[in-house]
Amino acid sequence: MACEAWRDKLDAYVDGELTPAEARELSVHTRTCVECAADALERVQLKRSVAAAGKRYEPSAELRARILKSATAKPGKRMGWKWAIVAVPVLSVVILSMLVQSYYGRENARRQRVYSELADLHVATLASTTPVDVVSTDRHTVKPWFAGKIPFTFNLPELQGTEFTLLGGRVTYLAQTPGAQLIYQVRKHQISVFIFQDRGEETAALPSGPLKALSFNVENWTQNGLRYFVIGDVGPDDIQALSKLLRDAA
Amino acid sequence: MPDQRLPAATFEELALPLFDQLYNFARWLTHEPTEAEDLVQETYAKALRGFSSFQAGTNFRAWMYRILRNSFLSSRTGLKTTVAFDEEDHEMLPTAESPTPETLFIDQATREIVQQALEELPVYFREILLLCEVEEMSYQEIAETLAIPPGTVMSRLSRARKALRKLLQQQLRGGKHGV
Repeated sequence: MACEAWRDKLDAYVDGELTPAEARELSVHTRTCVECAADALERVQLKRSVAAAGKRYEPSAELRARILKSATAKPGKRMGWKWAIVAVPVLSVVILSMLVQSYYGRENARRQRVYSELADLHVATLASTTPVDVVSTDRHTVKPWFAGKIPFTFNLPELQGTEFTLLGGRVTYLAQTPGAQLIYQVRKHQISVFIFQDRGEETAALPSGPLKALSFNVENWTQNGLRYFVIGDVGPDDIQALSKLLRDAA
Repeated sequence: MPDQRLPAATFEELALPLFDQLYNFARWLTHEPTEAEDLVQETYAKALRGFSSFQAGTNFRAWMYRILRNSFLSSRTGLKTTVAFDEEDHEMLPTAESPTPETLFIDQATREIVQQALEELPVYFREILLLCEVEEMSYQEIAETLAIPPGTVMSRLSRARKALRKLLQQQLRGGKHGV
């Protein structure tokens, strides 16, 4: 190979970028070619000079500290983020469930209070020597009796052909709110039907539907702005049957 | 998020040993201590943020230098230097006369003379010389750092050396006349 061709490879040679075979060949060539050898030497010296001259600037200790801090502190921050990504939803769920629990806890307590009071009223009425103030099996007598005694009116069902009998009614109070209490009888069992305006703090927003409270069966619902509670020691079927009659009549 | 396969301390372990070299390189690019400091700091910040995109197994050093260089090129000083950066666009530098034993002067050349010559070189010659001689990067690493094909590395490096030699000869001659 001519020197000209080798010259083009001298840079790669001194940079150690030739293939081992090429490097060997060039090495052999420089042993016999003074010009190429001198050229290669000159290039090596230039490399060395630049390497020496190029290492010139030292960073300040202050910058070193800053870089060290930024390179080490940030991953910590990132960990903080990771932590937050997990923690925020978890905390949210915990807080939400606590809120829900405390809400339902309060709701539950309120419901218990209402049903206890209704159960008390029901039991007290049955234990009384004068359970009802208006004694009548005729709904057309009972309903007008309440006029002027409570701030609302209501309709009562026709009971002919059913097992239920109306015994009478009385004015009652639940949480300082006046309402009507009607006593029905079915096979020797007495059932109280409470009717209130659905605006008292105690009764408002109570969930409707059947439930068992203090081993009484209870049904309650809201209809035409009135809150109905049907409570008694009979089975849920009887409670539901009477509730349906009242609903249909209202 | 950092690469799951890498332990958390890896960025530190990889990046901190490069600090002195990166600063030196930054200073050569900017000529300015404050600017160089900002550049290094920016480089570390960007590298840390982008560490997740760094492909494990590829060259971390080349990656860091590339970030530094790109940051520099997009800086105010860097933008000025990118004028006529295009490889083929600039006037062909005269090929150095075939080297003669006379050019062995570099042996006696002081560091200052070489440093001054490096300062006078266009940034695209200066940076490739620094990467090759000071950082002792392979052509492949230089190619990765400068985002150019390896073949271009060889030709640009060759032209950079010729340009440096020319400057050194001029300075030596000037120096000789001056003395």
